[in-house]
Amino acid sequence: MPSLSFSAPTSVDEAVKILAGAPGLAKVLAGGTDLLVQLRSGRMKPEVIVDTKRIPGMIGIREEADQFVIGASTPGAVVFEHKALTQAWPGIVEGLDLIGSEQIQGRASLAGNLCNASPAADSVPALIAARATCVIAGPSGKREAPVESIVTGPGRTSLAKGEFIVEFHLPKPKPHQCDAYLRFIPRTEMDIAVVGCAVNVTLDNSGVCTDARVVLGAVAPTQIICEESAKALIGHRLDEPTLAALDAAAGRACNPITDKRGTIEYRIKVAGVLARRAAKIAFERAGAR
Amino acid sequence: MAKHHVSTIINGEPVEFLCEPQQTLLDVLRDELNLTGSKEGCSSGDCGACTVIVDGRIACSCLMLGAEAEGRKITTVEGIAQGDHLHPVQQKFLEHAALQCGFCTPGFIVAAKALLDENLNPTEEETRYWLAGNLCRCTGYDKIIRAVLDAAAVMRQEAAR
Repeated sequence: MPSLSFSAPTSVDEAVKILAGAPGLAKVLAGGTDLLVQLRSGRMKPEVIVDTKRIPGMIGIREEADQFVIGASTPGAVVFEHKALTQAWPGIVEGLDLIGSEQIQGRASLAGNLCNASPAADSVPALIAARATCVIAGPSGKREAPVESIVTGPGRTSLAKGEFIVEFHLPKPKPHQCDAYLRFIPRTEMDIAVVGCAVNVTLDNSGVCTDARVVLGAVAPTQIICEESAKALIGHRLDEPTLAALDAAAGRACNPITDKRGTIEYRIKVAGVLARRAAKIAFERAGAR
Repeated sequence: MAKHHVSTIINGEPVEFLCEPQQTLLDVLRDELNLTGSKEGCSSGDCGACTVIVDGRIACSCLMLGAEAEGRKITTVEGIAQGDHLHPVQQKFLEHAALQCGFCTPGFIVAAKALLDENLNPTEEETRYWLAGNLCRCTGYDKIIRAVLDAAAVMRQEAAR
């Protein structure tokens, strides 16, 4: 068995150097709530583990004039306690807060949830719906990429060797813009989404939708941006024909699998229902602003 | 394979230990430091039997590497009582018979103590959600919730004095 090495660098450059120079598989450790389970089960056999939490800026939230900057390793509990962010994007915070128990929330991070690359990751759809981007550090410097470009399939990301996410940039909501995230699970707490759905809408002064993003989770190999559902909302108020068009388009966008959590047919049906419900909440919130 | 030298504070005392990179904090507590109060249930962060407080937040010690503990302040179930004087949560667990086999109890005690450190007046719903990451297969939870709420009442009285 190859030996495992652990390091906790205190700068981005140092972390990149260790990750890029690793002979075999190198894994980034933030909260470890997925990685340690995978280590234990033997599903993941890294030779190098790099704990990023000691790098300045990796934990914490900064509010700027037009955006929030969230350190990639910031645990869910810290995000949940940030009042301005929770008020600005309740859907994003709800999604992250749905993950695991209080014990998990003290450790689990946004970047971890994204880079674990589960199609059912609860914090990801609303981030994509808000057009969040991530700043990625790597051997050739830093680059910024939309959140939706990171996950390429279950357990797979577009990050190159030596790269890791250092922070997320979340634009602040425009007037009458807000979001919502709902997931369906067969119990009340601590389960993996059968379907997740984020809706982010901008309304005009009369309540007509001028911009929208609808993002589905757990119904395809990656999160999917449902353009047809967004088109169904734009130019409309939230009346029944609009909801029906949104629902149908969400169902058509799904490319799910049948597993113990649900069948293909069930997931398609639930995707439409969740899209309707999330849209109602997002419209209400946006209209109240 | 190089061992890591880790300096930390456990239950208020400076503690140094050596650990392998893949050893979890739970492995270190139980196997290196003989702090066997924290229990190994699932080893996947589901059951909460290994709950400890790390820098003020509860965590599953099975989901944290020993090497990550460098410079952190850790409280285990062994650090909850003050000498022979039980913490109100411990006292109320006894009075309410909030345990049968006792395997989950250390995790519940640590998690409940952390809740009451933050909020001396939690609702039943808040208490149930907070403890949702601790699984008990014996008691059916009701006695546990009663014990925690009763401990909160005692602590409120103490605080008002």
